[in-house]
Amino acid sequence: MNLTLHVWRQKGPNDSGAFETIQASGISEHMSFLEMLDFVNEKLESDGKQPIVFEHDCREGICGCCGFMINGQPHGGRPRTTVCQLHMREFSDGEELTLEPWRAAAFPVVKDLMVDRNAFDRIIEAGGYVSVRTGSPQDANALPIEKDHASRAFDAATCIGCGACVAACPNAAGMLFTGAKVTHLGLLPQGEPERYTRVVAMTEQHDAEGFGHCTNHGECSAYCPKGISLDVIARMNADLLKAQFKNRD
Amino acid sequence: MSWLLRFTKSTIGLKVIMALSGLALFGFVIGHMLGNLQIYLGETTLDHYGESLKSNAGLLWIIRATLLGILTAHVVSSVKLVLRSKAARPQGYKQWKSKVSTYASRTMKMSGPIVLAFLVYHLLHFTVGFDSLGLGDTAVSTTIEHCSHVAAGELDCPVYANVIKGFSAPAIVAFYIFAQLLLGMHLGHGAYSMFRTLGLNNPRYDRLARAFATGVAVVIVVGNCSIPLAVLTGVVGG
Ligand code: FES
Repeated sequence: MNLTLHVWRQKGPNDSGAFETIQASGISEHMSFLEMLDFVNEKLESDGKQPIVFEHDCREGICGCCGFMINGQPHGGRPRTTVCQLHMREFSDGEELTLEPWRAAAFPVVKDLMVDRNAFDRIIEAGGYVSVRTGSPQDANALPIEKDHASRAFDAATCIGCGACVAACPNAAGMLFTGAKVTHLGLLPQGEPERYTRVVAMTEQHDAEGFGHCTNHGECSAYCPKGISLDVIARMNADLLKAQFKNRD
Repeated sequence: MSWLLRFTKSTIGLKVIMALSGLALFGFVIGHMLGNLQIYLGETTLDHYGESLKSNAGLLWIIRATLLGILTAHVVSSVKLVLRSKAARPQGYKQWKSKVSTYASRTMKMSGPIVLAFLVYHLLHFTVGFDSLGLGDTAVSTTIEHCSHVAAGELDCPVYANVIKGFSAPAIVAFYIFAQLLLGMHLGHGAYSMFRTLGLNNPRYDRLARAFATGVAVVIVVGNCSIPLAVLTGVVGG
């Protein structure tokens, strides 16, 4: 099939960037979206042009590297699907597709469709960990964890940090990402001791990175390739509120 | 106390201020509506209600000042948050598609200022007695002669007569109804959002919270709109 792509081209962080229209012809419906871009890039390169830059690694929906907007929807909008797992059969011949990078002050564009998501790493560095020596593995059942807590912590832990939540949010908030980590660690006995200092540190870092606020639209969760629930944000809010009473310094 | 300052400056802290002040204002709107619905109980009841509100000037001013403070907190926090949100996405999308957000949620920052502007008009209209937009020659007075209670020297607060006069112009009634619809939308999302901002969410009660917010918003719109409509159509005071 043949497609018309309107791709955001930006040479570097300081370039102002603009859309470029590129014809993609001879696309197989079995290609993944990224394979389609590889195919287009080969053609661009053989024509002596710059290939479209996009981030990718695992191409199996688990690493969180890939992601950009397709026609105004993060990862193309297919439920629980990263763009590397999106296939061209979702599109039809002759369709026009607008490809844009995530747009957020905290995610500056590196080049074309690739953005710098180090802001997420800095939020994790602020408290998204458990400060204990793990030692040698203990008996698997030595530490009882309620099933409901284990499940919710696991669900929150499936976040791959792709940034679609920020991209989808009308306020460019990083709340779903931050809430997922706060929820994941706060629900487990290993993370519980640092629960209230963590939530303060991580949310302060979130703000310092220049993300916006949550207005409970729910777009983040709807576009999250892992379907992380909006409830993680409510839990983070509750934890931050409780932290005002629990923390002593 | 530096922790409190840090919290109130944080994005979530500002949202908590929005939620708590919003809750108080939400309560006020319900009380205000219930009070005004007494118009259906007749002139005497409404006028005595008005008189009782005004009977303790000191308390009245304390309540007014508190409400103004709460409203200011709500507005100032929202302005701060909207500015942050703008700064968080300096360059917008060429295309952006909504999947689940509602019209009400996306227009909070528009419905809010319009309702605030209406509030100023409403206060000038009924408390000061000045139709600031010139929508009809219906500026109310605090001493309407034809009010039987005032004429008899029993009361100096002709609430009922003022309401009848205030809603005698269709343009004013239309503006009130428009503002009430926006208020309903604002509260419909705001009340639901409040639960989540305060961390009061549980999947068990999520639909209930949504239904509660929408339900109360509808009741407020219907209750508040019924008064100007009843006056205009002559059901009340006709
Ligand atoms: S490339 Fe790893 S999730 Fe898409």
